[in-house]
Amino acid sequence: MTQRLADTFASARGAGRAALVTFITAGDPTPAATPAILDALVEGGADIIELGMPFTDPMADGPAIQAADLRSLAAGTTTADILSIARAFRERHPDVPLVLMGYANPMVRRGADWFAAAARDAGIDGVICVDIPPEEDESLGPALRDAGIALVRLATPTTDAARLPTVLNGADGFLYYVSVAGITGKQQAAQDTIEAAVGRLKAATDLPVAVGFGVRTPDQAAAIARVADGVVVGSAIVEQIAEHGADAPGPVRDYVQTLAAAIRAAAKETA
Amino acid sequence: MNAPNSYRAQPDERGHFGDYGGRYVAETLMPLVLELDRAYRAAKDDPAFTAEFEDLLEHYVGRPSPLYYAERLTEALREDAAPGKGAQIWFKRDELNHTGAHKINNCIGQILLARRMGKTRIIAETGAGQHGVATATVAARFGLPCVIYMGAKDVERQQPNVFRMKLLGAEVRAVESGARTLKDAMNEALRDWVANVHDTFYIIGTAAGPHPYPELVRDFQSVIGREAREQMQARAGRLPDLLVAAIGGGSNAIGLFHPFLDDPDVRMLGVEAAGEGLEKKHAASLAGGFPGVLHGNKTYLLQDEDGQIAEAHSISAGLDYPGIGPEHAWLKDIGRVDYISVTDDQALDAFQLLCRTEGIIPALEPSHAIAAVASRAREMDDDRIILANLCGRGDKDIFTVAEALGVAI
Repeated sequence: MTQRLADTFASARGAGRAALVTFITAGDPTPAATPAILDALVEGGADIIELGMPFTDPMADGPAIQAADLRSLAAGTTTADILSIARAFRERHPDVPLVLMGYANPMVRRGADWFAAAARDAGIDGVICVDIPPEEDESLGPALRDAGIALVRLATPTTDAARLPTVLNGADGFLYYVSVAGITGKQQAAQDTIEAAVGRLKAATDLPVAVGFGVRTPDQAAAIARVADGVVVGSAIVEQIAEHGADAPGPVRDYVQTLAAAIRAAAKETA
Repeated sequence: MNAPNSYRAQPDERGHFGDYGGRYVAETLMPLVLELDRAYRAAKDDPAFTAEFEDLLEHYVGRPSPLYYAERLTEALREDAAPGKGAQIWFKRDELNHTGAHKINNCIGQILLARRMGKTRIIAETGAGQHGVATATVAARFGLPCVIYMGAKDVERQQPNVFRMKLLGAEVRAVESGARTLKDAMNEALRDWVANVHDTFYIIGTAAGPHPYPELVRDFQSVIGREAREQMQARAGRLPDLLVAAIGGGSNAIGLFHPFLDDPDVRMLGVEAAGEGLEKKHAASLAGGFPGVLHGNKTYLLQDEDGQIAEAHSISAGLDYPGIGPEHAWLKDIGRVDYISVTDDQALDAFQLLCRTEGIIPALEPSHAIAAVASRAREMDDDRIILANLCGRGDKDIFTVAEALGVAI
């Protein structure tokens, strides 16, 4: 259901703040450990969850998420495990949007229609596929739309004005702005560059714009929250899981709380 | 499926070979891939680009490579063939190129494109190191800084090529992620590219990756087949009956095959690496894989039921990749080219056979093709002609072969 995503962004906007979008890799460090970590994200104040599908060859990811994918796969995580993690999350958290994020091959392995139906049945709201650009939309997009799942598209610093309409055509849920040309978790873009980019994107679409890549401190999250509809934090959370393993829920909750508090404080300042 | 009017009209403008190929890359790279496509179309239509490419192939690479009738190998195989059987065996001698393999043809073409696009930094992935050496060579020739990504495991087992690349001025970065082999090197090269989009050109080593790479690598390598076609007409007065080439990603094979695809009487055989056997560890993506998406294209991949990519294995590091170029995936499905696989042991036997009968030490990659040639030749009439691509020389492989034969050197 794309409605949950729309409602969540609307409710955050109603509170005068940005939504906090948090990423973890499913099955890291084990499939059994993931539900408690997901709960910790919600308890810490995450508004939207991106659940990473681990892949052997995550070519757009930096060292932190690469290592998370390998930990998950080494623990034996399967597509069936990921779907059952999602289904159980949906039962525990009926109102929190859940977005699957990953690479094309695990998504299309059994056919796009199979994947879309399975994701819908598991209560998934949206899908981000790193390596299916608009040019290859037919590989996955139509199946997701038929299943009522939002295909979340990515815009990047290399997406120029001429290309942006191509990216927006068929985009749904929100627009994910990748703030640096690079891999996940590395450096963060300059604030003024992000502001200018978000301004350009918001002028071109009514979709909420969430900004990610390289966001790790509460100050950075707050700065982005002042200009964007959503702030995405991934690698920094995944590093907590790398450090604490199955004991990660506590530290993850505490860390996410600092991000959520900073975003709410930013809202009060601008209000 | 109906036969198309021409087998040489692929891919379509979006880079699709039937269901395969395409441009499955992250959004950050998509504008670059589109820019490369525009630059390649313009270069193709520019006689000055073609002239410079051909001049370098002649005077720097040493083309045309010879077409050679392997008389002693032909006779040796006839000895245990039925009377009247035992086809003539000819080799396209691309192992005599500068740097010792066909890889340099493509690198010359791509670095000319890089220069034309104003790129000032070169990156590449390499497995055994042959493409890395060829890339480092052209980067030195044109004075561009060059970074080669190589799996840490391959760095350990291919030290001579690592040293060659360094002598040529390249920086070799050992990739510690994943399985530490070729596919991980390619992942890391893509990560470099996405972070250095403004000045960097990625020279992909085989006819795979996002469009237009499979097409442009094929076009640059097609010099092999164009030369062979003319040479065979001139020497034998006719076209060969069967073409044979080894396949990892498939660039030497598509380079030989493509100019013959519309010759209905020329059959073609691509030879994958069966490693320890198709039931064990191997690198035969067509024989043991399923269609999927990796490294920018849709093609046959070694993968599990969840779409996780499997590790490939071959004694030949150059064939040790879990995918294959998308044009081969298409040619397999439509049946224009036959594909078989050959084990490590069969390739080792063929390696030694060529050494002793012809005085040529082949690379382990074409040794797979030679093994297939040996079995097919015995079944074919003795007035038939087999043309195989001898795509690399074996100097780099003597340590691997010695170890496999239990010899300490």
